[in-house]
Amino acid sequence: MNKYAKISLDGLIFQNPTFMLVLGTCPTLGLISSASSAAGMGLTVVVILTLSNMLISALRKVIPNEVRIPAYIVIIATLVTLARMVLEKFVPDLYDSLGGFLALIVVNCIILGRAEAFASKHTVIESALDGVATGLGFTAALTIMGIICEFLGSGSIFGLRIMDFTIGAFATPAGSFLVYGTCIAVFVYIMDTIERVRREKKYKPLTHESLAQEVA
Amino acid sequence: MGTFIAIVLAAVLTNNFITVRTYGICPFLGVSKKTSSAVGMGVAVTIVMAIATAVTYPLYEYVMVPLGIDFLEIIFFIFIIAALVQMIEKVIQKLSPTLYNAMGIYLPLITTNCAVLGVCELVIGDMSSIIGTATMNTGWAVLYAVFAGLGFTLVMIIMSGLRERIGLYSSMPKAIKGFPIAMITASIICMAFTVFSYIQV
Repeated sequence: MNKYAKISLDGLIFQNPTFMLVLGTCPTLGLISSASSAAGMGLTVVVILTLSNMLISALRKVIPNEVRIPAYIVIIATLVTLARMVLEKFVPDLYDSLGGFLALIVVNCIILGRAEAFASKHTVIESALDGVATGLGFTAALTIMGIICEFLGSGSIFGLRIMDFTIGAFATPAGSFLVYGTCIAVFVYIMDTIERVRREKKYKPLTHESLAQEVA
Repeated sequence: MGTFIAIVLAAVLTNNFITVRTYGICPFLGVSKKTSSAVGMGVAVTIVMAIATAVTYPLYEYVMVPLGIDFLEIIFFIFIIAALVQMIEKVIQKLSPTLYNAMGIYLPLITTNCAVLGVCELVIGDMSSIIGTATMNTGWAVLYAVFAGLGFTLVMIIMSGLRERIGLYSSMPKAIKGFPIAMITASIICMAFTVFSYIQV
């Protein structure tokens, strides 16, 4: 497996920020009651994370080690301010539905975490790919949970009404916590099962034939 | 007096930071395994929230808005919070080493806690849907921040008590351990807090 495929798979599945690392929980829990705002949040994070990863990676030799965290925060805060202006001007509906969580992208641990753990040590292209992959992992997780929450809580998917039966609790943070917890459990269970099956395939039980081969 | 009661009830119960607004979930899930550390984190967050609001609200209202640079709020606020956390850490270290030892490890984590930036952003916005009146001043803003911090501490303590007992008395599948069971517990706490939404202020 080449390194680009590894970076992509790590961001999307093996180090998925939402299910495996459990980072960026505040916007996740606040926005998954509606699938479209969850997907909008995810895509905003993709853009900001990719740009911040690229900028930080390009400046990694210039920024002194002692003041790197404040420097990263300036870069991220500037990008978030720009994103906020762009969304307010061009996508006012999404701007309204994200509410306070748009400004809180600054303190989203995913972005600072990738800057510190990845972008400060890798080239610009690798960092950009990592930003896109991690961001899309976040977006996918949010959209899946958003669809579940919105279907149960308001009987619709992406605002499209499907059924009249609704469970009001799933439109509140109580339902968001429940869906998020259950989704992590299911994801961890699937990953563990895949890992176990792979290990069992590698293990070859002792038989007469294999012993005979070894003796011979 | 009416505004005072409205702010206290809204900040602690009807608009609780964790169960209604979902701000500050990282420390809520990460530092709630023991009651003593939950109390330490809650108190540290409350102090930082109060001081941060006391600095950022007047700065925004009386300096940034008249100068027309209110679009830079995020950059200013995050820097003020980071600087304040460093200063508070140094002050506590000098004044009370005992308190510093008990609270010191939580302080650096608070810079990236959304509850602090969240309350600074919230009080400069439209508060009429939360406390029933749109007239804010520095005093009300700081009061809101203090009680929002206390509401955060309250839920932290409830959660840590439940998690201590879950850890002691229950066995569960591997996939459920850790974050999933903590979130399901949090979900039940949120359901209990829904009762407070019937309070009309």
